[in-house]
Amino acid sequence: MDFNVVWYILVGVLLVGYAILDGFDLGVGILHLRSKGDHDRRILMNAIGPVWDGNEVWLITAGGALFAAFPNVYATAFSGFYLPFMVLLIALIFRAVSIEFRSKEPGKRWRSFWDGGFSIGSIVAAFLFGVAIGNIVMGFPIGEDMEYQGTFFDLLNPYSIASGFFALSMFALHGGIYLNMKTEGELQKQVQGWIKLNYWIFVIFFVIFSGMTLYLKPEMIANFSFGKIDLPGNKHELVENHETMISVFAWTVVVLNILAIANIPRMLSKGREGWAFISSASMIGAVVMLFALGIFPNLMVSNLDPKFNLDIYNGASSAYTLKTMAILASFGLPFVVSYTTIIYWTYRGKVKLDDSSY
Amino acid sequence: MNWDVETLSRIQFAFTIMFHYIFPPFSIGLGLLLVIYESLFLITKKKIYEKITRFWIKIFAANFSVGVASGIVMEFEFGTNWSTYARFVGDIFGSPLAAEGIFAFFLESGFLAILLFGWHRVKPGMHLFATIMVAAGSILSGFWIVVANSWQQTPVAYDIVVDYGIRRAVITDFWAMVFNPSAMVRFTHVIIGAWIQGAFLVMSVSAYYLVKKINVEFAQKSFAIALGVAAVSSLAQPFIGHEHAKIVSEWQPAKLAAFEGLYETQTKAPLYLFGWTDPDTRETSGVAIPGMLSFLVHGDFDGEVKGLEEFPEEDWPAVNGVFQSYHLMVALGMLFIGVTLLSLFLLWRKQLFTPKWSWLMKLYIPAVALPVLANQLGWVSAERGRQPWIVQGLLRTSEGISKSISAPEVMISLVLFVLVYILLFFVWLYVLDREIKHGPEHLSTGVEAGYHKKSERMDVIKPH
Repeated sequence: MDFNVVWYILVGVLLVGYAILDGFDLGVGILHLRSKGDHDRRILMNAIGPVWDGNEVWLITAGGALFAAFPNVYATAFSGFYLPFMVLLIALIFRAVSIEFRSKEPGKRWRSFWDGGFSIGSIVAAFLFGVAIGNIVMGFPIGEDMEYQGTFFDLLNPYSIASGFFALSMFALHGGIYLNMKTEGELQKQVQGWIKLNYWIFVIFFVIFSGMTLYLKPEMIANFSFGKIDLPGNKHELVENHETMISVFAWTVVVLNILAIANIPRMLSKGREGWAFISSASMIGAVVMLFALGIFPNLMVSNLDPKFNLDIYNGASSAYTLKTMAILASFGLPFVVSYTTIIYWTYRGKVKLDDSSY
Repeated sequence: MNWDVETLSRIQFAFTIMFHYIFPPFSIGLGLLLVIYESLFLITKKKIYEKITRFWIKIFAANFSVGVASGIVMEFEFGTNWSTYARFVGDIFGSPLAAEGIFAFFLESGFLAILLFGWHRVKPGMHLFATIMVAAGSILSGFWIVVANSWQQTPVAYDIVVDYGIRRAVITDFWAMVFNPSAMVRFTHVIIGAWIQGAFLVMSVSAYYLVKKINVEFAQKSFAIALGVAAVSSLAQPFIGHEHAKIVSEWQPAKLAAFEGLYETQTKAPLYLFGWTDPDTRETSGVAIPGMLSFLVHGDFDGEVKGLEEFPEEDWPAVNGVFQSYHLMVALGMLFIGVTLLSLFLLWRKQLFTPKWSWLMKLYIPAVALPVLANQLGWVSAERGRQPWIVQGLLRTSEGISKSISAPEVMISLVLFVLVYILLFFVWLYVLDREIKHGPEHLSTGVEAGYHKKSERMDVIKPH
């Protein structure tokens, strides 16, 4: 295994971390407007109050890691995805400042404005993350010069839009399951009502979306097929040599994913709030890993010619940089895990408002 | 002006980075002051320092969130608008950016949770530790981003290679890249500039209270400590600036020549205090100290300083613009030294807060805008002075743009940013204004204020 693979995994770890952690922040944002009354909305916002900022750092660091390890992918993806990406940035800006500003003023109009900013920002961001993943699966019109050759409207294909709704339903479910841990009494009952509904919406989207993926992009399961399905173009020697191992791992993730989804209602009915959250987090982690396994060793697939795919070699930095940065990251990640643990431990349990709350 | 992708992207980058750079210096400066105030609280156990610490934490929070929100744009704009640049420098520039995420942002954002919400949750010692970690994180973040920018100014430890048809620079020695010739001096210059800006914010708000004769003890104590930080930092700045100028003269001589409006290579090169350069006649007129520039660069009045004539005109930055922004920054720096030293003297003579000097206090209220301006001008000089290069001597700005975006797309995003940032700026000012007018006595955020109808309260959450 070389450092290109290590960085594929590291960027994957950062994205899984982001999807799990900021995933519930986005989910809380998606659900925010469904709660009524100032007190409840403050509880919801303060449920993520101390942690959302740190959770967003996973995305920023994933961006930095992508830039450092796979600069050609960073360059092609963000310039090709220009306008949707700008909208995403503005959505994330609104999400951030709305949390900070909302409770600074008692006025009703002031608070409803920032409630809207928080919720719409979260909805737009969650949807666009889904659209981005959808496009990565469908492939981009990438030319020989690694540049995106399509237009804005190429990005809005039916599959990607379905992917956007899938992401929305997944984060809404995850956010609800997080809130179930952080709320009590009537509000918690209300949250549990949302979860029940969102769970079935999610399961329906999951089935439809999986079906669409298999139908439109059977290549996505090439890495799951023990070498039985061939991709167009030459097979990467890395995949060629480790077909069995990759497929076994991939099927393990599939099984984990299904078990996690099935486990959510079981844990909820038993009142095991923490375990329900762990199941939901595993489900999101598994979904992200399935996409990663589906396209490996590519990072961006060209739908013009498989020769123009950006993979972990032609997209990457030099071997020296990959190695140096892997060493640096191995020093840094234990610290990251320890800060994250300290913070979540400090703010464990149900939300209580005090004079420093939002 | 030609409204092409390059021009629009440059405007957008300048606009988004200048807006963003209002906030991080406040965070870095307030971070240091919070560490001092909270340490004093833990040492003396006096209530007044608790009040001081907790009030400035609230100001810090409002500022920090806009900094984070506008900062996320910067992380991705290299890819969206400058993708050819991103391909060229990714191997080098990406590493400090990733390091900033791993080492600085996680530290900062993690402990921020305790800094902002942990006053009643954790022990006082742990809270102080969190404050120190947030302050350290903000400085570390400054370190990595200045490292990345400095490599663009003074590129070393690289090879130019062509991989898969892409021309790019790759690192040959990571630590030599990190500690490139201008990195440490520019990092110090930036951090100290941030301390001045943070201290002036504290002095501005405190001066407002003193002029209004409210929260007097709170304001005097806050002011005195911030004044100390501002004075020491202001005094240090010229020395660092001087070290910096020597490196610029060695690595970016065209930039130094533009800073000083020097067209002809000469010994006994003059140092202009202020002036005007005319690119048509290639003359600079103004008030100058003869030979001083040669002395500052070489320690010798007869030292030779290269003029712009040594370089092809296509490699010149916008001479008069850079000259003016640089000179205004220096003038502001001198003003900070004068004002803070005078104020320190008055503080020592126990006269600073007397009615006789209330006019000085009144001046301190708007004066917070000046270090913001100075920090902005410094970066404008550094970045415009490097033009037409995006990486000094290696890649031109015009070669760095994204190939797959169109001018209308950039126009749309630019308009969006302008609208959103104007809104954010005024909301930020409004929120700060409210916090300041509430003052340190007002520690509760007014739970459910404004919701008088019982039905809206839904009092179902039972406190334990």
